[in-house]
Amino acid sequence: MLQVDNLNVYYGNIHAIKDISFDIKQGEIVTLIGANGAGKSTILKTLSGLLRSKTGSIKFMDQDIHHMVPNAIVKNGLAHVPEGRHVFAQMTVEENLEMGAYTRKSSEIAPSLEHIYDLFPRLKERRRQTAGTLSGGEQQMLAMGRAMMSKPTLLMLDEPSMGLAPILIEQIFDIIKELHKQGTTILLVEQNAQMALSIADRGYVLETGRIVLSAPARDLLEDDAVRKAYLGG
Amino acid sequence: MLFISQLLNGLQLGSIYALVALGYSMVYGIIMLLNFAHGDIIMIGGYIALFSIASGVHPALAVVMAIVGCMLLAMLIEKAAYKPLRSAPRISLLITAIGVSMLLQNVAQLLFGAGARSFPSSSIINAQNLSFGGIQISITAIVTIIVTIISMLVLTFLVQKTKMGKAMRAVSEDLGAAQLMGINVNHVVSFTFAVGAALAGIGAILYCCRYPLVSPTMGSLLGLKAFVAAVLGGIGSIPGAMVGGLAIGLAEVLVTAVGLSAWTDGVVFAILIIVLTFRPTGFFGRSMMEKV
Ligand SMILES: Nc1ncnc2c1ncn2[C@@H]1O[C@H](COP(=O)(O)OP(=O)(O)OP(=O)(O)O)[C@@H](O)[C@H]1O
Ligand SMILES: [Mg+2]
Repeated sequence: MLQVDNLNVYYGNIHAIKDISFDIKQGEIVTLIGANGAGKSTILKTLSGLLRSKTGSIKFMDQDIHHMVPNAIVKNGLAHVPEGRHVFAQMTVEENLEMGAYTRKSSEIAPSLEHIYDLFPRLKERRRQTAGTLSGGEQQMLAMGRAMMSKPTLLMLDEPSMGLAPILIEQIFDIIKELHKQGTTILLVEQNAQMALSIADRGYVLETGRIVLSAPARDLLEDDAVRKAYLGG
Repeated sequence: MLFISQLLNGLQLGSIYALVALGYSMVYGIIMLLNFAHGDIIMIGGYIALFSIASGVHPALAVVMAIVGCMLLAMLIEKAAYKPLRSAPRISLLITAIGVSMLLQNVAQLLFGAGARSFPSSSIINAQNLSFGGIQISITAIVTIIVTIISMLVLTFLVQKTKMGKAMRAVSEDLGAAQLMGINVNHVVSFTFAVGAALAGIGAILYCCRYPLVSPTMGSLLGLKAFVAAVLGGIGSIPGAMVGGLAIGLAEVLVTAVGLSAWTDGVVFAILIIVLTFRPTGFFGRSMMEKV
């Protein structure tokens, strides 16, 4: 479904992503783990078109999306929940969700809203509230719900557990599993490697812009080097 | 008695400032540009109305032509001058805006001459005053205030309820997230310039009805004062531009009413300095922290 080959991304002359290749098959949960500054967010931003790579190719559903603008990429079914949520703080919860459906026909919005409210009853209760007044966990739910409003086939999540209490992290991961069960393929970026690997099919380990390991998630959970570096021994 | 006509007078002037200030604020909200060419759009609007009425076009149609002309010009300027600089440092954008402003003034001077031409205001609004038991009420003032209120209502609806308006708010809050929603930022920017210019076009007509003279530099002082109004209200804020405009208009009239008419411009710029010193976010401005 997604095929990335020899991707190189620069910030000025900082070489942030070095010759990375990976792939995601329909129906998988794939996770990218790595320490701060490894380049995880940079990869997602490049996939969604916010950043341009210098060389390499990105194929999504057999289409070259490499030179597409972000709005065309969203339309093709690739949605991105950015790190730090980035909800529209001064807009209401419902307006945020409507923005998520920006590329879709207005007649399709109402049924999608119902679907999202079923998944996130908390958002329904707070639909008229401005997003800035939500708690961190609720904002994460909103950011995810908003991305789902575009009906993506591949959902990319950048550190959804960041800054949340353990109980909320459990909830967020349950929702990710639910979205996956309903047919969405998932690319999950996490620093919480334990959680990410526990729900993923496969994982890639990223170190300073390079993929250093790639294996089924179960194997990574048992890998000594990975346990030392990312799972606290 | 005098108070009421002065109040109307202030509201009239303030309405015009508010209409023009909105264009500054909306554009700033979207691309963080202080569009100093905005005042000169007004001047072009004035000339379009002037020439079309002079050549026999029905005044109502002339007004529409002026508004549409302002919109097209603003979109053209955005595409040609600002869009290529979207990722350049903000100072380059600002300098470009000043350059565009000078270009417009000089082209107008070349084409239409440096002198002021008189504007046929009476063919747009019948300029007679009503008199109620000694109170002089200017019809032009009443029409200006009503047209402004209607424009504000339409704008509020547009921004709050329409898809494009919501996209505008989304872009102004968080450009990156807005792109991830699939919003085409180029369309939103064009749209914002067009709406701002339409309001400026309306402002141009109303301004020419109050001061019926059109000249190549008529937009600079009006533009500057509207800019002060936008800053006073909080640059980037739509309600701020409305309130800021009215406040500046009323302040000017007040200064004139107490006999200091030579000081009106000075007072307006003193307000700018005071706001920038003590409350740079204005009445309704978001703090910079929130913006980042
Ligand atoms: N806008 C930028 N300009 C310059 N360098 C940047 C920029 N954004 C990121 N970088 C650099 O690129 C590298 C990768 O950053 P990135 O944000 O992708 O890391 P990350 O894996 O997402 O980290 P984190 O876990 O902290 O979110 C880092 O060295 C970072 O300093
Ligand atoms: Mg990151």
